[in-house]
Amino acid sequence: MREFSYAKAVDPEEAVRLAGTGARYLGGGTNLVDLMREEIETPTALIDVSGLAQGITETPGGGIEIGAATSNTAVAAHPRVRHDYPMLARAIVSGASGQLRNMATVGGNLLQRTRCAYFYDEAARCNKRSPVSGCDAREGFHRAHAVLGVSEQCIATHPSDMCVALVALDAQVDILGPAGARAVPLEQLHREPGDTPHLETVLAPAELITAVRLPQATVAANSTYRKVRDRASYAFALVSVAAALRVEDGTVSEVRIALGGVASRPWRAHLAERELLGAPATAESFRRAAETEFRAARPSRDNAFKVSLAPRVVADVLEGLIR
Amino acid sequence: MEHDGISTAKVTVRVNGSSQSAAIDTRTSLLELIRQHVGLTGTKRGCNQGACGACTVLIDDQRVLSCLTLAVQADGREVTTIEGIGDTTQLHRLQSAFIDHDGFQCGYCTAGQICSGVALASEAAAGVPSVVTDDLHADEVDLSLAEIRERMSGNLCRCGAHNGIIAAISEVYGS
Ligand SMILES: Cc1cc2nc3c(=O)[nH]c(=O)nc-3n(C[C@H](O)[C@H](O)[C@H](O)COP(=O)(O)OP(=O)(O)OC[C@H]3O[C@@H](n4cnc5c(N)ncnc54)[C@H](O)[C@@H]3O)c2cc1C
Ligand code: FES
Ligand code: FES
Repeated sequence: MREFSYAKAVDPEEAVRLAGTGARYLGGGTNLVDLMREEIETPTALIDVSGLAQGITETPGGGIEIGAATSNTAVAAHPRVRHDYPMLARAIVSGASGQLRNMATVGGNLLQRTRCAYFYDEAARCNKRSPVSGCDAREGFHRAHAVLGVSEQCIATHPSDMCVALVALDAQVDILGPAGARAVPLEQLHREPGDTPHLETVLAPAELITAVRLPQATVAANSTYRKVRDRASYAFALVSVAAALRVEDGTVSEVRIALGGVASRPWRAHLAERELLGAPATAESFRRAAETEFRAARPSRDNAFKVSLAPRVVADVLEGLIR
Repeated sequence: MEHDGISTAKVTVRVNGSSQSAAIDTRTSLLELIRQHVGLTGTKRGCNQGACGACTVLIDDQRVLSCLTLAVQADGREVTTIEGIGDTTQLHRLQSAFIDHDGFQCGYCTAGQICSGVALASEAAAGVPSVVTDDLHADEVDLSLAEIRERMSGNLCRCGAHNGIIAAISEVYGS
């Protein structure tokens, strides 16, 4: 690990002021400390923001605001989240382990980096870690890699479970930077790799995530998250699905679908949602709609199974939500 | 916390109730602080990358991985290690249950398993759900064997003592 200075920010304004060149914000450290030990991240200063806004408050429109430093555990355990946004509670507890979820913050979870083995391996080529060096995943071990939103330069998956539920819930991300405050929809926070896989988000240097806001959404009370992985617990997703459904007289009147483990960023399945609105609420139409989403898929040698697995998982999850 | 230089810092942490101060390199992990500076070697280093749970300790009664926690992040906080859970003259009831159920062989993972087991009981009592919790409206979760298994998945045991570990936790905290 390289040397760095450490400072604990007392408020967001101070954090932004302290974040000079070479500085990184520190949440729980569960991703950043690991990457620093591997010298994949080499900040010269850490600004600890884990003591900033923690907790969940009601917003005027009936939604909730989650402080960026709230632990993943605290979000999953909050009564409003468990009752009104069950897919979010379930997505969070599908990820990592009890210890890691106690440490991990919401801001850090949003910005955690890919688990692609070549990104972690200094001896391998990786366009994300060192631009224009090549991508060893394309011909290598890529069973867990992405099939949607990929490019010639990068097929890495965005690893977060929490973000999949957040993108389905139309979450907004509040940001504070040297140029002031702004908000972006979570769906626009992460970039697809294209020719610049090292640019992962739309955040400018020193921009701090201060909160995540969820609008009120009645449909979300009937929602869930399902994660398919190589072992029953403590593994990243091969395919995961966050879904919410409302059915009236056998017809889909409202639906949310987002996918994890299959894409370069948290993936809202807009094509599938559009096809399902007004369609019969049957396993058959659920599966066909999900297949529409995967028409643009670009699988690699060993991950084509995701293209048929994901629609089946979507169909099964939605069927389970019919009531 | 005071800064002595660009990359050194003085931290004060309460470990098992006693206040400990050390001047450290900012790169020092909480695990290194506990083992090398405080001299408590019950907490073990396994993978040093967050994957095995051997280094589990409690910060302010919540279980965390001390290998991925920087010591500076624990400044001013209360750390409990296995030495603070029980000792040879007065075992914690979970430690006794580990003995009764053969919850270990080599013992390398055991400190982490026990810290994790103690903390998962308070998490369930506080309504923290798990991926196998059916009813998300429950404000307190009963610890079935399936719940305990899932909640202990962050603690690996290379000797394969998992069944004994689950049985021990179930005897003490199970539904
Ligand atoms: C063994 C293991 C298994 C895991 N399994 C899963 C899994 O199954 N599913 C899953 O979703 N995740 C998993 N994770 C990842 C885990 O969820 C993330 O490491 C965690 O959410 C990151 O949060 P943090 O607060 O620790 O972030 P940190 O490590 O502190 O930071 C991560 C990044 O975010 C930046 N950052 C932090 N806070 C802010 C802020 N407020 N504003 C701007 N930038 C910020 C940091 O600079 C850094 O670049 C696993 C991790 C490990 C180690
Ligand atoms: S040593 Fe910390 S998790 Fe393995
Ligand atoms: S008892 Fe040997 S690793 Fe668990």
